Amino acid sequence: MTTPLLTLENVDTYYGAIHILQNLSLTVNEGELVCLLGGNACGKSTTLKTALGMVSPKNGKITFAGEDVTNKNTSVRVKLGIAVVPENRRLFGPMTVLENLKIGAYVRGEADPADLERVFELFPKLKDRQSQLAGTLSGGEQQMVAVGRALMSRPRLLLMDEPSMGLSPRLVEQSFEMIAGLHQQGISMLVVEQNANMALSVADRGYVLQTGRIVLEGKASDLAGHEELRRAYLGR
Amino acid sequence: MTEQTTPENLGIGTDEWVAQHEKRLSRRAGLLGIVDFLNQKVSPLVRYLLLAIFAVGFGALVHNLYLLRIAANLAVFLALTLGLNVVMGFAGLLDLGFVAFFGFGAYAYALTSSAQLNQHWPTYLSVPAIVITTAFLGYLVSLPSRRLFGDYLAIVTLFFGQVFIQLIISSDSITFPGHEDSVDITGGSNGIPGLDQFKLFGYTFKTITDYYWLLLVVVALLLVAITRVDRTRVGRAWRTVREDPLASQSMGIKVNNLKMLAFIVGAAIAGLCGTIYAAIQNAVFINGFDMPLLTLIYAAVILGGSGSIPGSILGAFVMSVLPEILRVQNYSEILFLTVLILAVAALSKGWKRFGFNASLVILLGLLVKVISSALSLATTPTSTWAVGPVSKALKYWLLMPANRILWGNIAFVLLIALIANYSIAKERVKFYLLPLIAFIAIFVWEVRLVIEPNTTRQLIIGMMLVVLMIVRPQGFLGKTRVEVL
Repeated sequence: MTTPLLTLENVDTYYGAIHILQNLSLTVNEGELVCLLGGNACGKSTTLKTALGMVSPKNGKITFAGEDVTNKNTSVRVKLGIAVVPENRRLFGPMTVLENLKIGAYVRGEADPADLERVFELFPKLKDRQSQLAGTLSGGEQQMVAVGRALMSRPRLLLMDEPSMGLSPRLVEQSFEMIAGLHQQGISMLVVEQNANMALSVADRGYVLQTGRIVLEGKASDLAGHEELRRAYLGR
Repeated sequence: MTEQTTPENLGIGTDEWVAQHEKRLSRRAGLLGIVDFLNQKVSPLVRYLLLAIFAVGFGALVHNLYLLRIAANLAVFLALTLGLNVVMGFAGLLDLGFVAFFGFGAYAYALTSSAQLNQHWPTYLSVPAIVITTAFLGYLVSLPSRRLFGDYLAIVTLFFGQVFIQLIISSDSITFPGHEDSVDITGGSNGIPGLDQFKLFGYTFKTITDYYWLLLVVVALLLVAITRVDRTRVGRAWRTVREDPLASQSMGIKVNNLKMLAFIVGAAIAGLCGTIYAAIQNAVFINGFDMPLLTLIYAAVILGGSGSIPGSILGAFVMSVLPEILRVQNYSEILFLTVLILAVAALSKGWKRFGFNASLVILLGLLVKVISSALSLATTPTSTWAVGPVSKALKYWLLMPANRILWGNIAFVLLIALIANYSIAKERVKFYLLPLIAFIAIFVWEVRLVIEPNTTRQLIIGMMLVVLMIVRPQGFLGKTRVEVL
């Protein structure tokens, strides 16, 4: 029996007069890794922003953990257990790694040393770099900080916006290994990705977004074998 | 395919660049190296302790009222700088209405403690009430500003600042409905004289020394409070708002609320400063709360390093003591030459080169002097210009033409042209350009600028800021900006 953690029901999101998300419905169940695929400018990031409350939908309903959060601001949603690893990581460059991690725990108050320990266990490299400025880290390490920062709020759902962006092929692989690892630890995830191959290899289910509409959804294994999708995104 | 081996046996595929981060940190050479070294080695506690000892010693030992007044003004200015550092340094809000809160505090104190409205509130009531009111005013101003950033915020706050000034100026003849006569509330541009002195814990403040001690306590408390806040989650959150408001919001930080908080804290500090300043001055005048002061506070924050608390202290010291020093010709001469020597030393990148440059400057001066006397050019008699110890020492070396204004102006234009070219010149050209620029700078100073101290003061401060912003954009003690790529 699966319990839905995050649901978007018939959501319409606008940027000014532009209709971005059109009647979009999406569910992430407890403990599930869901990927959201799609080309450029099809509304992937907007879906995440809507889920996080950075943009508010005109119509529709968003629930998280059984609670209606449609009119709740980002701060409340983060407190309830949604955390994000933003596109391009968006670290706070002139602040140290430790400060960046502590910021992740902002909604919980002062950072819990146990949470910090957990992040350092996951990314031992960061422990040595605690006092280094985040902006001086390499791309792969910045990714670790961004994920660690998100984990500091003890999220029930992790939103990841293009985790492969700007990373070398090997780091992309490592990045997805890490995602799979987090998933095994029981964290639910919604991963937005252009790299459909990679995303489908770790996901349980997937949605395909095209110009603001869900055009395809299903099990990751089914999607990976889908003829049309393969032609459109997998380049085979 | 051949593999190349490097001396350190770098592995292929590992993140060597970052792995060797510590090793590849280079130390600055020469004078800037010493500054960096001291900055890193002297612990903050020791620095603050030294500062406290100096401040207490100054109050205990100095009885010169003029010096104490400067020190008290410096303390007010320092508190203001710390306040602006919260708004602009921590939260990154370009608040150009900041001095209006200072002015509001001063005027509010004047109105509640003078014969103007015949109100004489006790200090323990008026000051807290004014601080709270100013904080509330900060909240009101932050309401329309809370969704604005950068230049948009600057324009809106500038508007509020100017509105305050206009309100004060025009509130000297207000006719209330139902009354015949107009009421003078603020004294308009004449200001409000004859304010009550502070009276706290049964003690009436009489001299500037009393206020000096009060200010010392206020500044110390402010320093402790702000340093602590900087290290808490609110301090961290402010910095994220400054760096990347959108990312900050996605972490669940209420960006707008934090901006409003910064406004409120800044306004409260400025309001408190205003009350003390008004009491010290014993009067308030509106022109003290306009652009010139705002520029000075901003210069202090930027000079010291936006966001850095020690930087604010340094900036406040420089920006309030410097104009006073530059008033006196001898001091300004010494200061100018010191800065020039330091600049040449810094640009020389090494003591050998510095020695070479210095001797070249001396040679150049002598050469000009010898040539001019060989051509028997008219000069100004030394007795009329060599007054201070510095110029007395310089008279054997420096040529002082008869027509100081003309030659001074020509040299000044030449100096600016040379400096402008210096930054884009090739290394080889720079080598010869530096001593030449140094010599002409001394010439221009002695021949022309010394005669007009008022213009010179502004010029020097402006030039210092320009040079600093080129050499060290983050300010003296500010952190280098690191962008996430």
